[in-house]
Order: sequence, then C-alpha cells, then structure tokens
Amino acid sequence: MKIRGTGTLITGGSRGLGAALAKELARRGARVVVVARGADELDAVVGEIRDVGGQAHGLAADVGDKQAIYSIAGAAADLVGPIDLLVHNASSLGPTPLPLLLDTACEDLEAVLAVNLIGPFRLTKAVAGSMALRGRGLVLHITSDAGAVAYPRWGAYGISKAALDHLGRIWAEELQDTGVRFLTIDPGEMDTAMHAAAMPDADRSVLARPARVAARIAGIIASADAIASGSRIEASSWRKAS
Amino acid sequence: MEEGVVTPATWPRDEPLAGRLLFLDPQSGEIQDLRMRELPRLLCSGDVLVVNDAATLPASLQATTSTGEHVEVRLAGRGPNGGEWTAALLGRGDWRTRTEERSAPPRLTASDLLHLGGDLTATVRRAWSVSPRLVDLTFDREGDALWQALYRHGRPVQYSHLKGPLALWHVQTVYGARPWAVESPSAGLPLNWELLGALRREGVALASLTHAAGLSSIGDSIVDALLPLPERFEIPETTVDAVERARREGGRVIAVGTSVVRALEGSAGAHGGRIRAEAAVTDLRINAQYSLRIVDGLLTGLHEPGSSHFSLLTAFAPEEALLAATRHAEATGYLGHEFGDAMLIVGETRTARGIIPQPELAARRTSREDVDGLGRLLEGSQRRREPDVPAEPLRSSARSMGCGQCRGGGNLRHPKPDWRSGRARGIPRPIAV
Repeated sequence: MKIRGTGTLITGGSRGLGAALAKELARRGARVVVVARGADELDAVVGEIRDVGGQAHGLAADVGDKQAIYSIAGAAADLVGPIDLLVHNASSLGPTPLPLLLDTACEDLEAVLAVNLIGPFRLTKAVAGSMALRGRGLVLHITSDAGAVAYPRWGAYGISKAALDHLGRIWAEELQDTGVRFLTIDPGEMDTAMHAAAMPDADRSVLARPARVAARIAGIIASADAIASGSRIEASSWRKAS
Repeated sequence: MEEGVVTPATWPRDEPLAGRLLFLDPQSGEIQDLRMRELPRLLCSGDVLVVNDAATLPASLQATTSTGEHVEVRLAGRGPNGGEWTAALLGRGDWRTRTEERSAPPRLTASDLLHLGGDLTATVRRAWSVSPRLVDLTFDREGDALWQALYRHGRPVQYSHLKGPLALWHVQTVYGARPWAVESPSAGLPLNWELLGALRREGVALASLTHAAGLSSIGDSIVDALLPLPERFEIPETTVDAVERARREGGRVIAVGTSVVRALEGSAGAHGGRIRAEAAVTDLRINAQYSLRIVDGLLTGLHEPGSSHFSLLTAFAPEEALLAATRHAEATGYLGHEFGDAMLIVGETRTARGIIPQPELAARRTSREDVDGLGRLLEGSQRRREPDVPAEPLRSSARSMGCGQCRGGGNLRHPKPDWRSGRARGIPRPIAV
C-alpha cells in the first residue's frame, strides 16, 4: 500500500518498536497518530517526528481500557482522516520476572489478554468497519515467536500472541474481498525495554535494533497488496518479491 | 398520548436485525410489517444505499461559568475552519430532565469563560442574536489535546426517554469514522455487517458520505425552530460514481437517514442538480414542497408529526400516507426515537416507473436459463464476473423482472446466499463494480 499520506494509527508507540515504526512511517510520509499510556514519552516521540517535518499526533490512552477505544478511533480519524493503516503494537508482558503458569495469577493473565488481544479486537472493530465501507485498509498485528513456540514462563504473553495470530487469520477470512487486509508480523528479538524486562541477562549486542526492524516492517507494509491477507510474516526473513 | 406518536425505545437493542421495519410504498400507500433482517427483500440489485459514516462525539459537557453557575454545553457543530464551535446551552441538570423542563441557562456574552472539566476551558466568542441559548465558542486547545479532553469530559447527548446513561459505543454505527456527528446518525444503528453483507450479495451497492448530524432538539421553541442548523458534509468521489451509476442504470438511491438526504440534495442544489465530490455546508430545509433531485428512498426512524424530520419525510410520501403509517406504527407497537424501529419509504425502481428507458436486454424472454445465468452472475460478482455474460444489461433485466420490490416477483431472481450460516466469505467489494 502507499504509505505517503496514509492515515495511520499505531498503538504502543512511545518506545521500542512502536516508536521506531511511528518515526519510520512518518518519515515515509504517513500521517501518524501514536497511542501510548505515558504522555511524556509520547510527547517526546511526537515532537521528534514533527521536528523533522513529519506529521504526528499523540493520544495518551490504554488500549486495555474499553472506555478508551472509541475515543482513540474517533480522535485519530479526525486528526489524520479516516484510518487506512492500523498497527496493533501495544503489548503487555505481564509480571516480571516471568512466572510459571502455575504461579500466574488469573488476574494477571486477564490483564495481559486485555492489552494484547481484547484491545486489538475492540480497536479493529471500531476502525475496520469504515475501512470496509471505503474498500481499503490494512491492519497489522505485531506478534512474537512466543505465540508459536511454547516457551516455559512466557505463558500469559505467549497465549495472548497465539490468540492474536489466530484473530488476524479469522479477520482476514471474514473480510476477504472487502479491501481490508490483515497481516501478522513477528519482528524477532529486539533490543527493547520489554526484552530487557523479560530476559535481563541477554546479550544486548546480538539483538536487532528497533529502527532496523521498523524499516523492514515499513517495507512489508509498502508491499502488503502483494501478500495474502491473513499471512504471518517473520520480519527477519522477509524479502521483497522482485 | 397524542395521536401518531409512537412509544420511544428506552435503550439500544441487543439484536439489531430483530428490530421492526415498516415499509411504506409512497405511490400506493401500501404498508408492510417486516423485520430489519428482511431489508434485502425490499431493495434491488443496482440500488445504492448511502450511509452517513460520521462517528458520534461525546458532545455534552457539564460546565461552570466564572461566577460558578452551572450550565450544560451541547456542541451543535464545528465551524468550517475547525477552530470555532457552535453550542446550545441548557440550564442546571442533565438528560434525566425533559429538555422543555430544564431551567434557563445563565446568559453568556462574548469573552465569558466556561470551565468544562479538568483544566479544559472555552471562551464564548458571541451569543446568537436570535437566542442567547446559542453561542459560538473556542476551546483553549486544539488537535490531539482537544480531542483527548473532549472524550474525557464529554458524554453522548441524550434525552429523558432513555432509561440510563449512554456509553460512547451505544451511539456508534458499525462503519463510523470521523467524529463529526453530535447526535448519532441513528438510522444507521440497526445496520450490522451481517445485513450489509447480505445487501452486497444482492447486488446493492454501498456508498458513504460524512455529514455532521446536529442536535435534534434543546427544548426551546425559538432554537428548535432553527434546527437543523447549517451542517457540514463531505461527499467522496466514489460515492458520486456510485450514485451516478445507479441513476444511469435505473437503480434507486436510498439514503440511510435524513442527514444523508440533506447532504446529497444540498450538493445537488448547489450544482444544478448533480452531486459533486466536495466538502461543503448545507442549510437546505426539506419539506413537502421540495422536489427531490437525487434521493429516491429513505431508511429512517419513526418520526413525530410536526417535527422537522417528519417534515422532511413529506418530500418522499404524501402527508396522509405518512400519518396513516404513523398511526399504524403506534397501534401495532412500533418503537420510536434513536434506538427505535425503522421505516423504509421507497417506490418502484426508476426503470419500473419509466424514468429510465428499459435497456434492450430487459425485453429478453425470462427463460429459466436467464434466471440461472443471473444467479450465477450475482454469485460470481462476489469474486469475479463471468466473462461471457454482459453484466450491466442483465442486472437491469433483473430489475424489470422484479425482485419483490421491483415488480412483485418474489425472490426468484435474487438467489439468497445463506448469510445466516455464518459463512462470511465473499462479501463483495463496497462499491458494486
């Protein structure tokens, strides 16, 4: 899809991959609305984008809060025009150090699902209807290999990402032929605050930089029309078809 | 109870397709009692359904003046440059009190400050000369900061016939985008994707525009007589194409809600009878004397005789027929107001009415082969057209053969995909191509 001029909504955009993706898409001309819980970090990202001539707006909100959904969708649509690109990047790891499932509080699992699964479902519901009416739109789920591989201690997070992957496939199936497309992207291991919280002893020097991954994801978005809706893509192995 | 006033629905319906649908044929005055899920029976392949895709903003703000007086600010619309808003003022209290019984608001003048919750403030720029209950104001912030504050402190505008406070999701359609409406474009509330998908599979095109639907009443006779105020709208190119295609080929233009009628007819009125892709403002008022240029039919709620909405309906059907339909609705327990039942007012297709000459192929013998061929075509249109079938004339012939509404021919020519099965594959593209 064409990125320049596209009304774009990115959740979890105040740091890590979300912030890098917001900057990368804005650099390529997208009109970006960034959502995150922390207003200060959010303002910093929006400021950075504007300083280099990009278009960005910030909405401080929690996608796990159902009261926030229509305010995010409505405000974003007014600020940058109808949303044609929705990136579900916000994600919660749950308590750290990561507990065994038998030690995981049910409420902690619910809280992770609220941000990683129910929130994206609600926000897509609020945005994809207008996409279907207009006949175009791309919804991106940022997932993790923890959704595909059963890593011990990654229970709550892994469960949420596995469900998110399947959510993307079912959306894609139901909205086939409406012009609304769904892609699930596994960015791979990156040097982010979330990674540090999950694996504090990891060797950071071997981890990918979020900016590099964001550039790859922007490339996937630009080529999205040629990728089957509902696909799950590993950013590290993606090559643009020539 | 006043004659012809239907009982208000007091809460949003859980199951939209179970809502009732009163069909009124404006030419014959015929009335049918149906359910929303039966809407596809009343529309024909080639018709275009135009919806208002404005989302609804939480336009009611509880405010205090600098002298500590309480006032409810109901945003009525945003000015063309975006920075200035028009608002209606109501005295102390909230939606639980009938608007007619609310106390008068404090009298505000230019430069008065309103505190709207948190640290959000607005400054009155001017009071309207016709009524001090209408003011223009500017907020102390703009852009993302303003939207966050409005969504934090605002509540949906609602009235005393409802049984509880509304949440924001109660007033959204399933396709809303930009929050331009201060009251929900409620004719679209009974539409869900199950139904929209079924309509598309029938060959009904869907198109959208954005219209800043305003306040319906504030309980003050002077202000209410001014409603609807001028409202901004935006019509995209794709909708112009879809409407023109329908008109050219004998399909009907069906507006979902009075706001869509205002936008389409407002645009046509400004451009010699043809709509344009544009962002504009309309102050058009539609009544029995108004001759519709674009819109052939209207899906709407049940409106009280005497209201401005009812007056708009008289452009679609004779007043006697509308009053008879309203009496029928009242006698048979239809529900009114924004969460109530629906009414469809639409006559025969333009082809059937002789407005558009029937295409050549319409005269083709309606053999079993034709019917099957059309069935394949309509099914195939979800994925691809049969290359050897001349698509447009066959679609037109479907209308002349009839699809229940077009010629009383039942559903024979519109093979019904099993949309109840839950298989949602193959919803056709939004605009029929």
